[in-house]
Amino acid sequence: MEFLQPRSLAEAVKAKAEFPGAVPIAGGTDVMVEINFDVRRPQALLDLTRVPELTAWELADGMVRLGAGVTYAQVIAELGGLLPGLAMAARTVGSPQIRNRGTVGGNLGAASPAGDCHPVLLAAGAAVQAASVRGSRLIPAAEFFLGPKRSALEADELITAVLIPPARGPQQFAKIGTRNAMVIAVCAFALELRAAERSVGTGIGSAGPTPLRAPDAEAFLAGALAEAGLWESAAPLPDGVSQRFGELAAAAARPIDDVRGTAAYRRHALGVLARRTVAWAWDSYRQGDRMPRCG
Amino acid sequence: MRVTMTVNGEPATADDVWEGESLLFVLRERLALPGSKNACEQGECGSCTVLLDDVPVCACLVAAGQAEGRQVVTVEGLARGELHPVQQAFIDAGAVQCGFCTPGLIVQAYDLLRRADGVPADPDIREALAGNLCRCTGYQKILDAVRLAASRMAGDAA
Repeated sequence: MEFLQPRSLAEAVKAKAEFPGAVPIAGGTDVMVEINFDVRRPQALLDLTRVPELTAWELADGMVRLGAGVTYAQVIAELGGLLPGLAMAARTVGSPQIRNRGTVGGNLGAASPAGDCHPVLLAAGAAVQAASVRGSRLIPAAEFFLGPKRSALEADELITAVLIPPARGPQQFAKIGTRNAMVIAVCAFALELRAAERSVGTGIGSAGPTPLRAPDAEAFLAGALAEAGLWESAAPLPDGVSQRFGELAAAAARPIDDVRGTAAYRRHALGVLARRTVAWAWDSYRQGDRMPRCG
Repeated sequence: MRVTMTVNGEPATADDVWEGESLLFVLRERLALPGSKNACEQGECGSCTVLLDDVPVCACLVAAGQAEGRQVVTVEGLARGELHPVQQAFIDAGAVQCGFCTPGLIVQAYDLLRRADGVPADPDIREALAGNLCRCTGYQKILDAVRLAASRMAGDAA
C-alpha cells in the first residue's frame, strides 16, 4: 500500500490521476473501519487532511461553498445560522470524537444511503463539486447518488466542495435510531420551506438504495400552501395537510428489511417524521422565519 | 514507512509502519503506550480516545501517517507527577470496574472539563461522553467522577 500525502489540491488531483485506485481519507471514520476489519486493501491511501483548499467554507455568489474537509464539528459551530438543516443533521452524527474528524465530503464519498448529510443536501438543492486533472464539474446532489455506496464520481475525481444555498426559510431534519448517539439512521427526513420561491424541498435517508427526494410530497405541500394563501397569511396548516404530506413522503421511499428495521417500519416512521418536521417548520415560518439567510 | 510525531510532549518515531496502520496500533505496539485501549476498532466505543492536535479523536480511526508531525496526548500524558484530578476522581468515585473504557473516558472528560465553567450540567456530561461505552458501571459512578473532578478543579481555580 502507498500512503500519499498531497499538500495542495493540484498535488491531490495529480495523485488521484496517477493512482485511480487510491482511497481518499479525511476523518477516516469510514475508511479506517474497513481497513481495520480487513474489508478493504486499497492500492493507496490518499490523505486529504493537508490540502488547505478543502478545510474551509465561504459564502460566495450567494452560495455556501463548503470545503469537502470541513468537519461536522465545524458545521455545528459555524454554520447553524446559514445552514440550519445541515447543522441539525451534523449534531446527530456519531459522537463528539466522530464529529471532530468526520467530514461532509467524506459522507458524500462513502455515498451510503444512510449518510446523515444527504437528505439535507437533497432538500436544499445542493451540488457536489468534483475535481480532476481534467478540470472541475458540478454534480447536482439529486444526480450524485447512483446506488448503495455508489456515486457519480469518476475514478480520477476528488470531491472538493459542496455548494449549498443558504436556508431560504425554515429547515428541519429528523432521524430515527435506537439512541441519540452512535446510530446509523433507521430512516431520516429533511425539509426546507422556501418562502420567496413558494417551493418545498425534501430528502429521505436510509429508506432506499440511495437518498431520495419526495417530489410528490414537495408539490403537494407547495400547492396546498399556495391555494390557501398560507405563504402570505402564515395561518395554521389546514386539517389533513401534514397527514397527506406524510403519506406522500412515505410513498416516495423504497425501503428494504435489514438489521436496523423493516421496510414497513421505515415507511411508517418516515410518514411520522415528515408530519413532525412540517409542523416544526411551519411553526418557525409562523414565528417569522421567512427570509433567505445571507450571512 | 517512518512516522514521527510528538507524543505527550516528547518526540517519538516509529519505523516500519504499515501504510494502513492506525495511530492506535502505533501508540500501543510501537511506542509502548498501552494506555489507549483497543476494543471496537470502529469508532463506536471511545476507549482509544486521544488528543490529536488538542482535539479528542478515536485513535483507531486515524491512519498513522495522518499523525505525522502532529501533537498526540494519550491518557499517559495527563498525569504530571501526580494523577490528574480527573484520574483521581475516577478512583475516588468508584468509576473504574474492569477499567477497559477508563482511559478513553478520562481523556474525553478531561477535554470537557478544561473547557467547562464550573460543574457541567448532566445533559452536557452525557453528551460529551456519548461516544464512550462502559459495560460495567452503568455510568452513574462515571457521572459522579466527572462532577467530582469538576468541583475539585473549580475549587483549585478559585
